[in-house]
Amino acid sequence: MSAPTAQPPGLVHPGLPTPPPPPPRLRSRRLPYLLLLPALAWLAIFFVVPTITLFSTSLQTGSIYEGYALTFSFSNYLDAWSRFWPQMLRSLLYAGAATVLALLIAYPLAYTMAFKAGRWRNVLLILVIAPFFTSFLIRTLAWKTILADNGIVVEVLNALRITDVLSAIGLTTDDRILATPLAVITGLTYNFLPFMILPLYATLERLDVRLIEAASDLYASPFAAFRKITLPLSMPGLVAGTLLTFIPACGDYINAQLLGSMPATAMIGNVIDAQFLRVLAYPTAAALSFTLMVGVVAIVSMYVRRAGTERLL
Amino acid sequence: MTLLQAGPAKAARPRRSPLGWLREHIVLIAGLAALAYLLIPNVVVVVLSFNRPAGRFNYSWNEFSVNAWTDPCSVAGLCEALGLSLRIAVLSTLAAVVLGTLAAFALTRHRFRGRGGTNVLIFFPMATPEVVMGSSLLALFVNAAIVPLGFWTILIAHIMFLLSYVIVTVKARLAVLDPRLEEAAMDLYADERTTFWRVTFPLALPGIVAAALLAFALSFDDFIITNFNAGSEVTFPMFVWGAAQRGMPPQVNVIGTMMFVAALAAVIIGQFAGRRRRMR
Amino acid sequence: MSDPISVAGDGALRLVSLYKRFGPVAAVDGIDLTIPSGSFFALLGPSGCGKTTTLRMVAGLEEPTSGRILIGDVDLAGQKPYRRPVNTVFQNYALFPHLDVFQNVAFGLRRRGVRDVAAQVEQMLAMVELSGYEGRRPAQLSGGQQQRVAVARALINNPSVLLLDEPLGALDLKLRRQMQLELKRIQADVGTTFVHVTHDQEEAMTMADTVAVMNSGRIEQLGSPVELYERPRTTFVANFLGQSNLIDGTVESRDGDLAIVAVPGGRLAVHMDRMPDTDQVHVGVRPEKLNLTPADQVSGTASQRNRLAAVVTESRFIGVSTEYAVRTDAGLQLTAFVQNAGRHQPMAPGAEVEVSWDPAHTFALDVRQAADAGLDPAGAAL
Repeated sequence: MSAPTAQPPGLVHPGLPTPPPPPPRLRSRRLPYLLLLPALAWLAIFFVVPTITLFSTSLQTGSIYEGYALTFSFSNYLDAWSRFWPQMLRSLLYAGAATVLALLIAYPLAYTMAFKAGRWRNVLLILVIAPFFTSFLIRTLAWKTILADNGIVVEVLNALRITDVLSAIGLTTDDRILATPLAVITGLTYNFLPFMILPLYATLERLDVRLIEAASDLYASPFAAFRKITLPLSMPGLVAGTLLTFIPACGDYINAQLLGSMPATAMIGNVIDAQFLRVLAYPTAAALSFTLMVGVVAIVSMYVRRAGTERLL
Repeated sequence: MTLLQAGPAKAARPRRSPLGWLREHIVLIAGLAALAYLLIPNVVVVVLSFNRPAGRFNYSWNEFSVNAWTDPCSVAGLCEALGLSLRIAVLSTLAAVVLGTLAAFALTRHRFRGRGGTNVLIFFPMATPEVVMGSSLLALFVNAAIVPLGFWTILIAHIMFLLSYVIVTVKARLAVLDPRLEEAAMDLYADERTTFWRVTFPLALPGIVAAALLAFALSFDDFIITNFNAGSEVTFPMFVWGAAQRGMPPQVNVIGTMMFVAALAAVIIGQFAGRRRRMR
Repeated sequence: MSDPISVAGDGALRLVSLYKRFGPVAAVDGIDLTIPSGSFFALLGPSGCGKTTTLRMVAGLEEPTSGRILIGDVDLAGQKPYRRPVNTVFQNYALFPHLDVFQNVAFGLRRRGVRDVAAQVEQMLAMVELSGYEGRRPAQLSGGQQQRVAVARALINNPSVLLLDEPLGALDLKLRRQMQLELKRIQADVGTTFVHVTHDQEEAMTMADTVAVMNSGRIEQLGSPVELYERPRTTFVANFLGQSNLIDGTVESRDGDLAIVAVPGGRLAVHMDRMPDTDQVHVGVRPEKLNLTPADQVSGTASQRNRLAAVVTESRFIGVSTEYAVRTDAGLQLTAFVQNAGRHQPMAPGAEVEVSWDPAHTFALDVRQAADAGLDPAGAAL
C-alpha cells in the first residue's frame, strides 16, 4: 500500500489543468414549465378568461331578444347594487353567522381528533369525510325532516320557549324553524362544516404536544395554555377554514332555496341564479356576480399578503 | 393561580364531582356532539329510504316499506341522471388527476419564477363561490358558441374546478417525500426515469389516490356549476333539485344511502389495504 | 437499466484540486487527496467544514465547481450517480419505505439487470447479521438494524468505493461503538475502499487507517491516527483531536536535534523534527503526557525533562483518570490527565506541584496559527 499523499493545504496538484465546468442541464430548467402547462392552460382558459368575459358581460346593455352590445355601462353596477343590496347584506350576514357557528362546532371536533382521539383518530376522520361522499342536496333536504314543523326538534324548542327568543331576534317566525333565516344558517353551517374541520385538523395535528406540556410546566391552566399556545398556532388552519367557508357561503343559494322562504331569505346567489337562468338579464346578473368575485379577490389578497403564497394550504 | 407547596406525597385523588368530570371532558363532549351534528342528516337519509311517503314528498315518516329498495330505477330519469353523473365523474377525475399531478410535481420539486403567482391562481377556484364560476363559464360558453351546452361543457367545467383540489392534495403528499430517497435510488444505479417510476411515483401514490377520491366525490356531487352549464342534460344532483320542486321519491334516499355505504366501504377497505401492506 | 462504468487500474480514489462554491461561499476550497484502494479512510471535521459536500461530489450528487475526481485512471467528471461505481450509506439511511428489506438490498443489483439476486442478498444479510429479516419493512426495524440494511444495500453492489455519510450519528453510544467494530470488520473482510465522513474524532481514530482532518473546506492534515494525534501540524488538529496545552514562546536556540524555547517561567526543549521554521511558536503537549509531582517530592537531579512549577487550581475525578487544572507560577493555565492506576496520590486544589514531561512528547507550531482553532467559543473541542 503506497503511503498516503500528504500535502499542505491549498497546494494545487501540478501538471493537471482544471477542466471546464459541466454544461447546465437544459432539460431541468424547462421541465417545470412543461409539467405545469396543461393544468395552468386549463385554468387560464376556463377560469381566468370566463372571469374576464363576466366582467365584459356586466358592462353590456341590451336584452336576450335584441342582443347585447358592449357599452361600458358601469351604471349596470349601480343599478344592480341599488336593487339588490338587501340580498347582498343578507348574504354577508348569513355567511358570517354560518362561519362563526361552523368554527365553534368544528374546533372542538378538530381538537378532539388531533389530541384526544388516539386509536380512534382514523375512525373519526372517516366519519368526518364519509358524509362528503353523499349527495349534499339529499343531506340538506334531510334537514327539512329534522326541522319539520311538527318534528321533535321544533317541539322541544317550543316547549323550552327558545323559539320565542329566536323569534325576537328575527331568526325564526311563528313557531317554525323551516323557511326562516335560522334554517338557512343551519344549512349553510352544515354544508361547509367539513371545509372548516379539515384545515383546522391538519394544522392542529402538526402541533407539538410538548409545547402545551411546557406551558403547563410554566403554570398555565388548561384554558390559558389553549389561549396562548394552541389557538395562535392553529391560526393558519383557522384562517384557511374561514376563507373556505365564508366565501363560498356568501354565494350559496341552495340552502336559501331548500330551507328558507323566497323572497324573505333570498341571498345574492339566488338573485344571480334567477337573473341568469330565468329573468335572463345577463348584464345585471354578471354585475352582481363580478362584484362577488371582486370581494373574493380582495379577501384572498389580504390573506396572501399576511400569510405568503406558499402557505395557502 | 396559587402554586401548591411542595409537601408530602400527593394524597389519593379526591372524588370528582359530576361537574368536574364535565369540565375535564368538555372538549371531548363538544367534539362528539359536532360529529353527531355532522352525521344525523345521513342517518335521516338512510331511515327515510325505508319509508313509503304519504304524499309526493318524502320528508316525514309514514310507514315502513322496502319498495324503494327493490325498485330504485322505477322513477323516470333517476337512473339516467345517475349514469350521467358517474360518467362525468370518472372522466373528469381522470383528466384532473393527470393534469393536477403533473402540476403538483412542478410546484413542489422545482423553483421557478411565477411559482408564487401560480399558487395563488390555484387557490382561487377553491375559494370562489360556485355561482360566480358557474355563471362566468356560462357566459363564456354562450359568447364563444363553440361547444353547445351539454355533456362537454359540464365536463370542461368539472375539470376546471377539480384541478385545484387535486393539486393541493398531491402537493401535500409530495411535500413530505424525502428527496434523499431519490438520491439513494440514483446512487444505486437507477436513472432518472427508473427512479421516478420505482421510488417517487409509488411513494406519491397515496396522495394521488386521495386526490382521485376527492375529485370523484366533488364531481359527482356538484350542483351549482353543473346547473349553469348543463343545457338540457340532467345529472343526479340536478335531478334531486328538480325533485325537491316536483316530488321527492324515496328512491332518491336509496341512492343516497348506497352512495354513503359505498364511500364508507371504499375508505375502510383502503385503510385495511394500507395496514396489511405495512404489516407484511 | 444502467451499467456503471467499470474501473481498471489500481482503483485508488483521487480528488484533484476539488472546489465547490455555493454563490460566494466556498464549501470545498481546494482539496487534493489520494485514497489507496482497499483502505479505510476517514474525513474528519466539524459541521460545515465541507466533508459531506466532498462526499456527495464523489457520489455524483453534487457537481464540483472545478476539479477532478478519479478512480484509478477513470475520470468521473460529469457522470451521473447511477453510472459511477460508487455507493453511499446515507446519514438517515434513506431506506425505501415502500419496499421490504430484501427488495431494498436487491435494488442496486436489479437496476443493473442481475436476475438471480436471492443468493447474494442472503449472503449480504448474513454478513450484516440480519438473516431472516428479508420480509420486514424499514419502519419495523430499529435504528441499528436500518443502518445495517443500508450498509448491505450499498455493499452488495461491490463498488470500487463505499461512501459513508456519518452513518452512526443517530445511534446511541453503546450501539455506535458496536457498529464501529462491525464496520471495521466488514471492511477488512470485503476489502472495499471505505470513505467514512464523521465529526466524531474518536470514531475516526478507532476505525480508519488514514484520517484527513478538514476545516473550512480545506484539509488541515492527513495521516494515520497516531501521526495526527502525536504530531499535529496545526493548532486546529491539536485542539480538535483530543486536547492540547499550548504555550507561547520564543525560540532561543536550535542545537543539533534539540531546540530550546523560552516560555514564561522557564525553558522547554523540543525535538528539532517537531519544530516549525519560525521563531515565535506555540509549544504544545498533550495533557496525558504531563506528570504532576508534589513540590516537596521533587528530586533535585536535573533529568532531561521539561519542567514548570505550578499550583493545582481544580481537580476532577473522572474514573479512568483525574483531570487537573494547574496554573504555573508565571500564570499559564495547563490541563493534566493523570491515569488512575492506583499509584498516585490525589492532589487537592492549592497543592504546589511540579509539572514535567518528556521533551519527545513536545510539539511546536507556528505562533501565527490561532491558538483557539478547533475549539468552540466555550473552550471545548468542536
